[in-house]
Amino acid sequence: MIPLSWYLILAAALMSIGLFGVITRKNLVGALIGIELMLNAVNINLVAFWRYFHNARPEMDGLVFVALIFVVAAGETAIGLALIISAYRSRKTVDVNELNLLKG
Amino acid sequence: MSGMQVIFLIAAAVTLGSAIAAVSARKMLHAALWLVLALLGVAVIFALLEASFFAVVQVLVYIGAISILVIFAVMLSRTSLTDEGSQTNRGWWVAALGLVIVLIGVVAALSLWPKWTAMPGALPAAATDMATLGKQLVDPNGYLLPFELSSILLLAALVGAIYTAVDKKEEKP
Amino acid sequence: MSFLADPVNFITQWLSTLLIGWGASASFTQLILYIIGAGALTLGALFFTVFLIWLERKIGGRFQDRLGPNRLGPWGIFQPIADMLKIFTKEYITPTGADKVPFNLAPILAVGGVLAMWAVIPYASTVFGVNFNIGVVYLIAVGAIGDLGIIMAGLGSNNKYALLSGFRAVANLISYEVPMVLVLLIPVLFSGSLGMNDIVKSQQTWNIFLAPLAALIFFTTSIAENGRAPFDLLEADSELVAGFNVEYSGLKFGMFYVADFLHSFTAALVFSTVFLGGWRGPGAETIPILGFVYLILKSSLVYFLILHIRFTIPRFRIDQMMDFNWKFLTPISLVLLMVTIVIDKLIPTDLTFIRISVHWAVNILIWVAADRILSAALKSHPAKVVARPRPLARPPHVAVDEKPGGEI
Repeated sequence: MIPLSWYLILAAALMSIGLFGVITRKNLVGALIGIELMLNAVNINLVAFWRYFHNARPEMDGLVFVALIFVVAAGETAIGLALIISAYRSRKTVDVNELNLLKG
Repeated sequence: MSGMQVIFLIAAAVTLGSAIAAVSARKMLHAALWLVLALLGVAVIFALLEASFFAVVQVLVYIGAISILVIFAVMLSRTSLTDEGSQTNRGWWVAALGLVIVLIGVVAALSLWPKWTAMPGALPAAATDMATLGKQLVDPNGYLLPFELSSILLLAALVGAIYTAVDKKEEKP
Repeated sequence: MSFLADPVNFITQWLSTLLIGWGASASFTQLILYIIGAGALTLGALFFTVFLIWLERKIGGRFQDRLGPNRLGPWGIFQPIADMLKIFTKEYITPTGADKVPFNLAPILAVGGVLAMWAVIPYASTVFGVNFNIGVVYLIAVGAIGDLGIIMAGLGSNNKYALLSGFRAVANLISYEVPMVLVLLIPVLFSGSLGMNDIVKSQQTWNIFLAPLAALIFFTTSIAENGRAPFDLLEADSELVAGFNVEYSGLKFGMFYVADFLHSFTAALVFSTVFLGGWRGPGAETIPILGFVYLILKSSLVYFLILHIRFTIPRFRIDQMMDFNWKFLTPISLVLLMVTIVIDKLIPTDLTFIRISVHWAVNILIWVAADRILSAALKSHPAKVVARPRPLARPPHVAVDEKPGGEI
């Protein structure tokens, strides 16, 4: 049997790796990859808590939250990538250090 | 060490290893492919937690759609396809150090929680039935409002993404 | 339980008593049995592919008024073995500058995605791989893994034609998943469960009678997902030089080839399971082998139909494919889903004949309405052709606006 702590440590580690990616990556798409990892860490946390401490009725609280996070992640990735493509078109770069002009 | 524990350790090792590779790979294409492996590891963790529907939806949505979106974005920002320089900002070790300290601090603080080593109880049969999830999502006393709002959110995201990504140069005569 | 009534459990029990008698622990025995089961199913599917290759070439030959392979063995049945020997003994050429890991992993993902579909299909009333209660979503998910293999093939070869073809193929495939999922929800809603076993068990009347337009749309999108003609722009010989698998040789190309052929039969299997009642037939509940025979008969019929379409209809262009999907199939699927479920709740379910006729009437109404709207739309946006007036073969509802005087 797997104690709850293992899942929570895994989720925390994944979250910090994702945060590391967002902070240090030079490429915008790399930062987006970090955001995806963070969202997955949250999902693992929610599903673990649902499995270990689900309510008597309704039984599906945590899982509804997970479903909504899937939806939000998909939508946010689509818009993020559209923005990246648009930024690439106007500036010809996706380096975060180069995109430092508010104009245009 | 029971079988489930072995499977969990392997899945966790694969997930964390490919996550680290995803945030530190030099070529963006390799980073995207390592992300796919990390998401697959997370799907295995969901299956271990007996949320089988979400394991399959994770594969379908994240690997089948979002990863392909990321690969498309890598291809469409063409310089990043051939970029070979260092992929992280200077001073990345500060961030790494800080995050390791925060991680250890969080884990230490949580281990003082009495339910830290809780073991899973039995899951009622209705909890793995998809009909229960469906009924919760459309129940007015349940989660109907977030469900409808998320559909409007997706519609707004769809329209916004199409409008932002459309190539305006094509409309000039 | 006898072997005839429950073959899988009988063999499982016999093998587990044998292994425990040899001193293995219970969980290890279970692991061994899982591996043996998965291996048997996979090997069965792969050996069946050999037969499918021969069948396709023979039937294709007959459609094209020629004999097909007839040199090796009677009716050429050893031809696929010769093909396999040739493919096995070819040299693996990896292009310089190719990414080794995606390049070599792509054929494995493509074949794996197709073989994983065979795990959830119920072959008889007691013979199935896994009784998932979410089998339908699983099928689409492993289809998505196959698409990932295609994109890795395109990106891993150091070849801009492969790259372009890979992206076009994946854009096509993920577009055609949308109406496929929507239409697959209709049998799910009729049977009340996402599991394939439950869908088969609840088909007292086959789903094709209750949702004919849904069956047609699912059939079309399955062919498109497979990358078969008329949707085979992605790998056509006269287009991008065999597409994303241009740099593959030897067994790696053989794996893409196997994935293609096996996918079309798998699509036929899935269609028969979901819409044609699977293993249902007279006497199939008590004798599993009869159910398996019924399933093979039904999917052979559907497979023949897929082959028929492949060798008859010319290829679509990529913009025609996209228009067809987003402007025709997706709106129809959405409307069909909503209307079918509302109508189904309004009819009492024990009057089967009335139920079937009302569903057919509604489906035909939706199809005719969509066709009219599409024709009106095509007429109002005529394709502009700047040329001398010349005879063009075009359907009557498509208007072409000719401006005489140009040089072509």
